[in-house]
Amino acid sequence: MSTSTDPAVLTAYTVVCRLDQIEVEGGVAALVGGVAVAIFRTHDGNVYAMSNYDPCSRASVLARGIVGTRGEIPYVASPMHKQAFDLRTGQCLDDAAIRVPTYDVRVADGMVLVGGPRQET
Amino acid sequence: MSPKHRKTLVVAGHGMVGHRFVQAAIERGLTETHDIVVVGEESRPAYDRVALTSFFEVGADELSFLPSGEYDDPRVRLVLGATVDGFDPETRTVLLSDAQGQESVLTYDELVLATGAAPFVPPVPGHDLDGCFVYRTIDDLEAIRDAAAGATVGAVIGGGLLGLEAANALAQLGLETHVVEMAPRLMAVQVDDAGGATLVRHIEKLGLHVHTGARTEQVLGAERVEGLALADEEPIPAEVVVFSAGIRPRDQLARTAGLDVAERGGVLVDERCRTSDEHVWAIGECAAPGGRMYGLVAPGYAMAEVVVDALLGGPGSFTGADMSTKLKLLGVDVASFGDAFAATDGALELVYADAVTGVYKKLVLSADGRQLLGGILVGDASAYGVLRPMVSSGIALPDNPEELILPVGRGGVELGLPDEAQVCSCNDVTKAQILEAVGEGGTCDSASCVTRCTKAGSTCGSCKPVVKKVVEEFFAAQGRVVDKSLCEHFPLTRQELFDVVAVHGYTRFDDIVEAHGRGRGCDVCKPTVASILASQLNGHVLEGPTRTLQDTNDAYLANIQRNGTYSVVPRIPGGEITPEKLIVIGQVAQDFGLYTKITGGQRIDLFGARMEQLPEIWRRLVDAGFESGHAYGKSLRTVKSCVGSTWCRYGVQDSVQLAIDLELRYRGLRSPHKLKGGVSGCARECAEARGKDFGVIATEKGWNLYVGGNGGATPAHARLLAGDLDRDTLIRYLDRFLMYYIRTADRLQRTAPWIDSLDGGLDRVREIVVDDALGLGSELEAAMAWHVDGYFDEWRETLDDPDKLARFVSFVNAPDTPDPNITFRAEREQAVPGESSGPVALGTTIPVGAPR
Repeated sequence: MSTSTDPAVLTAYTVVCRLDQIEVEGGVAALVGGVAVAIFRTHDGNVYAMSNYDPCSRASVLARGIVGTRGEIPYVASPMHKQAFDLRTGQCLDDAAIRVPTYDVRVADGMVLVGGPRQET
Repeated sequence: MSPKHRKTLVVAGHGMVGHRFVQAAIERGLTETHDIVVVGEESRPAYDRVALTSFFEVGADELSFLPSGEYDDPRVRLVLGATVDGFDPETRTVLLSDAQGQESVLTYDELVLATGAAPFVPPVPGHDLDGCFVYRTIDDLEAIRDAAAGATVGAVIGGGLLGLEAANALAQLGLETHVVEMAPRLMAVQVDDAGGATLVRHIEKLGLHVHTGARTEQVLGAERVEGLALADEEPIPAEVVVFSAGIRPRDQLARTAGLDVAERGGVLVDERCRTSDEHVWAIGECAAPGGRMYGLVAPGYAMAEVVVDALLGGPGSFTGADMSTKLKLLGVDVASFGDAFAATDGALELVYADAVTGVYKKLVLSADGRQLLGGILVGDASAYGVLRPMVSSGIALPDNPEELILPVGRGGVELGLPDEAQVCSCNDVTKAQILEAVGEGGTCDSASCVTRCTKAGSTCGSCKPVVKKVVEEFFAAQGRVVDKSLCEHFPLTRQELFDVVAVHGYTRFDDIVEAHGRGRGCDVCKPTVASILASQLNGHVLEGPTRTLQDTNDAYLANIQRNGTYSVVPRIPGGEITPEKLIVIGQVAQDFGLYTKITGGQRIDLFGARMEQLPEIWRRLVDAGFESGHAYGKSLRTVKSCVGSTWCRYGVQDSVQLAIDLELRYRGLRSPHKLKGGVSGCARECAEARGKDFGVIATEKGWNLYVGGNGGATPAHARLLAGDLDRDTLIRYLDRFLMYYIRTADRLQRTAPWIDSLDGGLDRVREIVVDDALGLGSELEAAMAWHVDGYFDEWRETLDDPDKLARFVSFVNAPDTPDPNITFRAEREQAVPGESSGPVALGTTIPVGAPR
């Protein structure tokens, strides 16, 4: 995450909500380009975005999960069956074959901005 | 003759020993070569006769060893309600008659007699009058219970172990109870004069009348029993008389067939338990190895194992048995073991007696004072588990053997049992076998697992503390710590965490994890802390920073369903609802297109609400007088009731009123797991209260309180905590029980396994809740009073608070746009979730509002 205010960068982003609308270690769902995206805020001040769709339970619910840490990894636990997803990468920590798409996200002037899906690395 | 590959083994008798024989035969593979036919005379399969007295409390199901009525092994056939009328060793046939009196003949290759013993009824005049009973089977107890219903005084003839059990039963049935014993003391076989006198004082304190040195001359009465005439004493009036003057081996089949029997009764068998016919075996109380019969279950089990071993070609033999006994009679601990009467030459006695508290302990030592030979414990038998193995293993006594029987708190001694020491005498399990179960190659990781796998402690339970100690010492020696940490963030159990939070007065997860944990928590510890804070503070679960700790369902005060929608369950206390309220529920369901279903807890579940619809739905429900049903919480769900005495012609108490009162009292109470209750208005138990964490069943005199029941994957029947309570006492006990559970149970541990996990199990719960042994009673009641006074409806408060409501939106930037991933289809005229095959996009035409 960075706080760049370069207009060229910002145009590709959607302003989603104020930062204080996301609780610390909580999440919200937002519509970004017609797609449900879950946005999380961690205790250390970072903001992460990933698809709201839990591929394990096939439901659009990830924003409602509990946010915590596993070792050093910040993660969200699916509210359905508690599979853990790395907030940084979308990788499922309980099943190497499962990964949720993540989104670029920025905070500028107290607002949360979500960009497009990140390219898989 | 055609070759016959499989042999037939007939077992005559399906008591405890017969059952054990079949179990061992299955486990050890005897059924690979033999078909087994077990013939049981009673209509029930084998049950726990040792615990017979608890029948009135727990019922027949609880006592049964084979509730399904059949063995898992299809090669074993159990025939109940049938008798073996005779057998012929020449033709190797048995003559059976079934419940209908139909006779049949069975051919056997091997016959095992396990016919047990029969109560001895002394031939005093009047012994066969109506109202005279024996004490051996569940049928006997049912008959005694029926007779006691119209009686006020009962008498037991015989003050031995079984006689006192029978006296206990009569006292439980509410009779004024007399015990008449011919010998000068009670339990003459097990305890000495001083021990017997201590026992009498305990029993008389409980209100029973003890007559020792009293000979019954006659049972008085014309057709029905009216009393007992004693030699040299006033007659005792009594309407129920139970004979418990010893048992006699049932050896008639063997006698008739011409086999050898012992001089004092019992089928004479050798060390392999083989009778004088090589294909006939005898085990248990009907057998007399070396001419002596054994009236305890442990030797019977040992004989069963020996015969299975012999039939498999093994070398096992029965060479006598440990006649040690430990039991709780009328709440009094009594134990007797080894050479209890100091019969060994030069034996020394070491006695501790405290007449005030009613404790008597005697150790019998060898002449040099170095070895323990036996002992007697009355009033406090806690040392039994340590002492008895010392006798059988012959290990040297410590220099201060008196410490073994002095009251605890004076130091005590550590004992290193040798590996060969027998820890469980009922099932003959040695310390070495326990170590094997937990050691390398073993599969056990706890004492309770050892009990399941080795059977150590599974019969009378008296050795359980020793089993636990052996396991713990082993793990300690291995440097293996049984990890009871909640999760990677807290090296504490839930109970420890509960205490930490209470002692420090924490109100925030951040403070707790900072001071006592590491990292930022997870989906295990956060909901646990949330539950603890809710139990202690009574706050709103969506208040401030506790919001993000809540588990899936608590987080939105509703139950998430498979497509991400929620179900809504308004509280319907006791299952009682007015037509007006029913109509409101129906209208709400209709207006929001919700799927409706009646729950097992006597309320109505409304499915398919989108998260953003929850406030609207609840506004309608709250306005109509409903409140949260907490179906989403680890908290009290429902208290189910039958219709009770108001309508039911059988009901004896108003179960609906009590269920409503209890549900309203405990609503909103956050607990380690969900809690359910039930109240039945009579013993027919239509509310299925004993399938609940707490169940209340009406009696003529008040209420019986049962605890520790549940349905689900591991069903458990609730067990009696206390009987015939008035309403206030019932609520006091329930307050204590629930609060103690909330304080000490593990996360997601329901009441049944919680009770089992306590040292002493249900007895321990009773000590704490009923006897207030920890002095916690008033504190626990005060904690519950604080909960009751502080209760508020979570949904009503949420509707009144814009901050809490702000979260109930589909999308933070499009609050009114339904999530396109949620779809429905129709099934049986109602909406059900549509299947999702992947994320659904709405397209960018949907207007999304930028926040201000």
